[in-house]
Amino acid sequence: MSNIPADLRYAKSHEWLKVAPDGTGLVGITDYAQSSLGDITFVQLPKVGAVLAAGATFGVVESVKAASDVYAPVAGTVLAVNAALDANPEKVNSAPYGDAWMLKLKLANPADAAALMSPEDYGKLTG
Amino acid sequence: MSLPQTTPLNAFHRQHGGRMVDFAGWDMPVQYKSILEEHKAVRTRCGLFDVSHMGEADVKGPEALKFLQHLVTNDCSKLFPGRVLYTVMCYPHGGVVDDLLVYMRGEGDYLLCINAGNIAKDIAWMQEQAKGFNCTVTDRSPHYAQLAIQGPAAAALVQTLTKTDLTGIKYYHFADGEVARVKCIISRTGYTGEHGVELYCAAADGVRLAEAVVAAGGPFGLELTGLGARDSLRLEAGFPLYGHEITDQITPITAGLGWVVKFDKGAFIGSEVLKAEKEKGSAKKIVFFKTGDRRIVRAETPVLNAAGATVGIVVSGTLSPILNEAIGSALVEAAAAKEALVVDIRGTKLNLSLVKPPFVPLKKN
Repeated sequence: MSNIPADLRYAKSHEWLKVAPDGTGLVGITDYAQSSLGDITFVQLPKVGAVLAAGATFGVVESVKAASDVYAPVAGTVLAVNAALDANPEKVNSAPYGDAWMLKLKLANPADAAALMSPEDYGKLTG
Repeated sequence: MSLPQTTPLNAFHRQHGGRMVDFAGWDMPVQYKSILEEHKAVRTRCGLFDVSHMGEADVKGPEALKFLQHLVTNDCSKLFPGRVLYTVMCYPHGGVVDDLLVYMRGEGDYLLCINAGNIAKDIAWMQEQAKGFNCTVTDRSPHYAQLAIQGPAAAALVQTLTKTDLTGIKYYHFADGEVARVKCIISRTGYTGEHGVELYCAAADGVRLAEAVVAAGGPFGLELTGLGARDSLRLEAGFPLYGHEITDQITPITAGLGWVVKFDKGAFIGSEVLKAEKEKGSAKKIVFFKTGDRRIVRAETPVLNAAGATVGIVVSGTLSPILNEAIGSALVEAAAAKEALVVDIRGTKLNLSLVKPPFVPLKKN
């Protein structure tokens, strides 16, 4: 069973969103996603300031097996990207919900998070 | 529908957490835990691969040698009992039917090891070519399980399970023996660029042999290793893979395997075309490259010249876990290979630095 933290919201495309009270959010990929992809070898992230629509491709997560697009779970503006993943993409495998966050977003509309899947629903999707 | 074929170790892989994928029609473990970690284990300690999907064929009869000399490009007259030879066999137009190992067991008695995805094609081709020779070609693939134990500690591990002195078997030689009381052909060959052995045993003994190797493997740092690591290890070693560096449209000369094409042994299938190619020079060639970047340059990526024109195509690509950068091979126009080559990976232009393989030092016994 993959790890599905209770305090996050989930996209069907296997990204997670953690919303803070100030209307910003962290985005990464789920434990299920990293496990399916296998060894992550490269992570390509957008520039700070990029404006993303919900569902827009924001980067690429590459494993030995394949390169996969990753999608913005909600609309927002990129406030920061996790530069540590440049040198250590394998952190996505070891800490998908922690050290390996990918984006910090200013959500266009913080209420959008409610439209994402609950941990229970995401568990059913990947169970 | 056609279900993937399974090796005798299929349940073993599942019990040990193998992630199963379809490979050339076979249900095989691509990895157990991590391709990168399994790769490093083989370079630093040792790994156990199930290679039972590989095919085996007997070539037997008074004219077995004469037939093999006609069939393959390398010189089988150099073989003696206990000696192994790497070669390819070609079509008359020079394209490769398959690459294979030829084991000489005795006069008129040879065992061939062929690629899993090519078994039916190879057997049909060889049986057709054997007409007129006093010998038989028999598919023995279902009879064998085959395990590869590879890495600097591999021989020491296997030595704990056999009375056969492995130091007495040199690289590309083999002996009959028992490992963990299982009758085996003990072959000092491999597809990783490391020291190691390949063990051929009866299909029914495969799991028992694998469990014995695993049970003895702890002190030697043994890891179970899947086809993902097998591919990255062979590419780092600069070894060709059928369907990539060699195909029915890529000759051994084009692929840089001229060393296994022996014109002085007399005519063989494809020899006229291959000789002409060697004398005139190849229009295209297989080159190996690295990029200094971690983005993997995958098969079928176009290779461009400095002006942006397509001059070739990538045929293999991975991340070298040892060099920590992308490595690969490409089929390119021979003239273009002398100048700058570039690939475009999702909008990022990367220069290819051509490398004479291996990418890492090879170890031979």
